[in-house]
Amino acid sequence: MTNKHLWFSGLVVAVVMGLLLGSPLLRAGNNDQPVTVPAAVKIDNFSFGPQSLTVPVGATVTWTNRDDIPHTAVSTEGVFKSKVMDTDEKFSYTFTKAGTYSYYCTIHPKMTGKVVVQ
Amino acid sequence: MTDQKRDVIDQNLQDLNNDGIDRRGFLKCMAWAGTGLVWTMSGGVPVSRAFAKSMGSGAGKGGDFSFVQISDSHMGFNKPANPDVVATLQAAVNKVNGLPNQPDFLLHTGDISHLSRPEQFDTVDQVLKSASAKDVFFVPGEHDVLDDNGKSYLERYGKNAQGAGWYSFEHKGVHFIGLVNVLNLKAGGLGSLGGEQLEWMEKDVKNLKHSTPIVVFAHIPLWTVYPEWGWGTEDSAQALSYLKKFGSVTVLNGHIHQTMQKVEGNVTFHTAMSTAFPQPQPGKADSPGPLKVPAEQLRSLLGITDVNYVRRQHSLAIVDSTLA
Repeated sequence: MTNKHLWFSGLVVAVVMGLLLGSPLLRAGNNDQPVTVPAAVKIDNFSFGPQSLTVPVGATVTWTNRDDIPHTAVSTEGVFKSKVMDTDEKFSYTFTKAGTYSYYCTIHPKMTGKVVVQ
Repeated sequence: MTDQKRDVIDQNLQDLNNDGIDRRGFLKCMAWAGTGLVWTMSGGVPVSRAFAKSMGSGAGKGGDFSFVQISDSHMGFNKPANPDVVATLQAAVNKVNGLPNQPDFLLHTGDISHLSRPEQFDTVDQVLKSASAKDVFFVPGEHDVLDDNGKSYLERYGKNAQGAGWYSFEHKGVHFIGLVNVLNLKAGGLGSLGGEQLEWMEKDVKNLKHSTPIVVFAHIPLWTVYPEWGWGTEDSAQALSYLKKFGSVTVLNGHIHQTMQKVEGNVTFHTAMSTAFPQPQPGKADSPGPLKVPAEQLRSLLGITDVNYVRRQHSLAIVDSTLA
């Protein structure tokens, strides 16, 4: 192998190593911190998606309205209550206690959903 | 009555008995604008009559009058289904101003605004100022009571109302009742009138003569049009039970952005088109949201409802007409 080839191979190996080192695959082995994924509910077509969302205690759920009509997300037990969300507007709530939280859209009450916090 | 007319009426009576009035046929008649045909309800039986003949001679005499229902102006809506709801509301007002019999007043059956914002209500009030009829009676839609449970709606339109905005008034012998069925809606439920309002309504009609024609107006339909989409009212049956003794009851609603009609005994139910955007027919789409149509077709799916009361016949003629 020529020097040029060796150099190039070395560069490729270095890049690949860099990618691997930067990947979660290796990171997971080094520390115990869980990767937090933002908990999201998409509102579209007069429905909450997913209709049932499970999150850990302490998670913040963000509802985003992608419909062309305004909606709300209001807990049936009075735990949380969004203002009206027009298209592209959001509402967030942080769940500090475990439980099952049913909610619905007060403008279109047939739209229901739940957040399971565990 | 000619034999031909009698046949048509018999056919409609038959359909009534089969509990399936040919809705398409009925609506075709109701949607005819400019053809001069008017269907009136006289004691629950549809009777057709040439428009000019029935209205022209009677209008303004002996207590005959008309009023116009507009609905669902959704001021503030600006999505592709209709980027200019101000223009279409103005077109509706222009249509009203062009009617051969000028209405005594307007009824707005709710969703006046799109987001309950003050500037949206202001704009509607502004546009309505150009209507020939200066009196407008409102009931709220669910879009008018957002965030504050209807407080700002009430401040603006509820001066002579009770509770959440219900009221009644008399006009030339006809008793009008405005109801609110868009507050305190329960998860998974339909529209709701509530105990307090029902109690008020029972008292309100208690001492009226059975011959008094009644017109009830509310936003969400007071009959179950399509429960999957929330098109109905949980406790409307109780409200209607208070009206059993009356010979002529007309229920005018909005909310579904299309005309639909049902006759049940002495009660005629009718929903109006929107002045803002159409919605799909029940079950014909995934959801009841704004229905996008080619721009040139929009105004043929928006419109007003002209209601003529002919005192001699004790009947109300309901005529829908589109903006184009």
